[in-house]
Amino acid sequence: MIRLEKRPQPSQAFSWATPLLAVLATMFFGGLLFAALGKDPVSSIITIFWEPLFGSNAFYYRPQLLIKGAPLVLIAIGLSLGFKAGIWNIGAEGQYIIGAIFGAAVGLAFYPAQSVFIFPLMILAGALGGWLWAMIPAVLKVKFGTNEILVSLMLVYVAEQFLASMALGVLKNPEGFGFPGSRNLQQYASAHNGELIAGSGMHWGVVAAFIAVIFAYVLLARHRLGFAIRVTGEAPRAAKFSGVNPTRLVLFCMGTSGLLAGLAGMFEVAGPAGQITIDFNVGYGFTAIIVAFLGRLHPIGILLAGGLMALTYIGGDIAQSQLGLPAAAIQVFQGMLLFFLLAFDLFTNYRLRFGHREVA
Amino acid sequence: MKLSTLLASAALALGLAGGAYADAHGKTKVGFVFVGPVGDGGWTYEHNQGRLAVEKEFGDKVETVFVESVAEGPDSERVMTQMALDGADLIFTTSFGYMDPTINIAAKFPDVKFEHATGYKRADNVSTYSARFYEGRAIQGHIAGKMTKSNVIGYIGSFPIPEVIRGINSAYIHAKKVNPDVEFKIVWAYTWFDPAKEADAAKVLIEQGADVILQHTDSTAPQAAAQEAGNVITFGQASDMAQYAPMPRVSSIIDNWAPYYIARTKAVMDGTWTSTDTWDGIGAGMVGIGEITDAVPAEVKEEALALKASIADGSYHPFTGPLKKQDGSDFLAEGETADDGTLAGMNFYVEGITGDIPN
Repeated sequence: MIRLEKRPQPSQAFSWATPLLAVLATMFFGGLLFAALGKDPVSSIITIFWEPLFGSNAFYYRPQLLIKGAPLVLIAIGLSLGFKAGIWNIGAEGQYIIGAIFGAAVGLAFYPAQSVFIFPLMILAGALGGWLWAMIPAVLKVKFGTNEILVSLMLVYVAEQFLASMALGVLKNPEGFGFPGSRNLQQYASAHNGELIAGSGMHWGVVAAFIAVIFAYVLLARHRLGFAIRVTGEAPRAAKFSGVNPTRLVLFCMGTSGLLAGLAGMFEVAGPAGQITIDFNVGYGFTAIIVAFLGRLHPIGILLAGGLMALTYIGGDIAQSQLGLPAAAIQVFQGMLLFFLLAFDLFTNYRLRFGHREVA
Repeated sequence: MKLSTLLASAALALGLAGGAYADAHGKTKVGFVFVGPVGDGGWTYEHNQGRLAVEKEFGDKVETVFVESVAEGPDSERVMTQMALDGADLIFTTSFGYMDPTINIAAKFPDVKFEHATGYKRADNVSTYSARFYEGRAIQGHIAGKMTKSNVIGYIGSFPIPEVIRGINSAYIHAKKVNPDVEFKIVWAYTWFDPAKEADAAKVLIEQGADVILQHTDSTAPQAAAQEAGNVITFGQASDMAQYAPMPRVSSIIDNWAPYYIARTKAVMDGTWTSTDTWDGIGAGMVGIGEITDAVPAEVKEEALALKASIADGSYHPFTGPLKKQDGSDFLAEGETADDGTLAGMNFYVEGITGDIPN
């Protein structure tokens, strides 16, 4: 008989090994899935993980990893602060959208004037937009005790409608023949979040993501607020006794995650995406939740997890076109990653016991 | 070195390699970027049918690759670049939202030919193509106007863009012509493909008394909703949706990209490809009308087929005056037909349609 037994202490070893085991298990079972679809499992896995990093066209894919990974890391860092404290902002996708709209709107308001002040203003606007959108569930939770999971999630759909209305209305390109979508910010130098070094993939959003990682690391390791976050998540009662103000903590965690998501949206719309369109958001806000957990809610872990997720996206697209794998198989593959992560995570706090229960 | 130069030289190197490869094996590589899954039963499904037709037509001389469910924006740029780096000679990008990405990537790969569906931006190596779906809408409108008993026709719009508004106007004009009492109720779903939203929209319209549902969204959810309600007719969109025939689906508009894809691939093989703007309709076979079922009375079917024939041979234009705009101002004088520029940018309803175009 096999049963689960709670460990007296969470296993440190398992806490670190879980992401690795999850990746290995995903590779193994993903390989089985690809084999069942009639594809060579080994070459499929190699295509997904090796080709973008070391393949013949890696010079192009490596910078793409930064472009794809930066918004994931930026959002996930913000989310991880709240998640650590048991504050669940599920609506980063909405905050990402609103940040993009605010940022783009400020940039487009100045069109076609050129000035070095436009881009910094857009950054501020993007951060403000995301922060405001996250403040709605935060204030409702603090004032009326609403559930921040539901409110923040529902606000994603509100934000999507808002995005559609912006793309079709106020922000629509007046020279776009009536088609939806704003002007392309890539063609507006003062508002363009371009590559800092051509061909490197480095844009301000990537820089911001790295800064956010360092900021979060210092906050959690050195700052009183970081201590409050950790202790609230691990022992809420102890947190109360040690003088943590839960209201302020909710406002801080929700606000910071919203702000970073808004920044991610702003950098995306001003850079790689270029314009506000109806389908501007592609799910970074939701994928970032996976990234946050895959990274063990640890800043460095999130950085690595963001890179890994970006790799599966880019490698997945390569596998689709080179090997003819269906998109759905790639999505299942990515889903497996979270599934195995959660499954192995169980062993951090529990262990397997074989044999009969001892009689006490 | 700038990225564009780097990419261009890489493309050149690959182009040379690709050229040598092509000489050895005679293979032309054609890439397709799809916005939805190939199994959506509508828009992307038909584009993929076009891809399969290219494979069938040219056999060993061609190799096709595709990536499905590609988000518009930077993801699509990456997929296009990847196809170009992998040696594609011709790339079809099959969604309006791929317009700026296609132009961006085409500039980096001057030797690769690009074809962008439904857009308006072209370059030396970027063509655009679309179909005159409004011609099919005229036939739908005619059947709908004849068939409705409640005189309420429901219309599920996707996005309030010229393409969709043109379809609504065309259907309305021809429904009104055969049934002066007809009324259109329009619901905007703000999606091209979302079975749940489309089903909701259809149910709302049916509750409001609609006994005909027209749709500009790609799933079969409205057909299923109509079947459940009974006595409501629908039309297949983008694809034939024949699994819902003879009722509720009484006919359909079918996108037929195969002849165009074959012709363009051939042009690349022959070295005769040039940048063009193609907007074909029923006459050229790009828009097909699915079989009109026996649920439609024989004389209505005959009229519909006559209308189809007159559109196909060019003797009749669905937008022929006298027509007024919704606000009562003049649109087209007696006998005048709308020019392509007006049609392409159409952002107003014709007289008689109630409600405003959202923006």
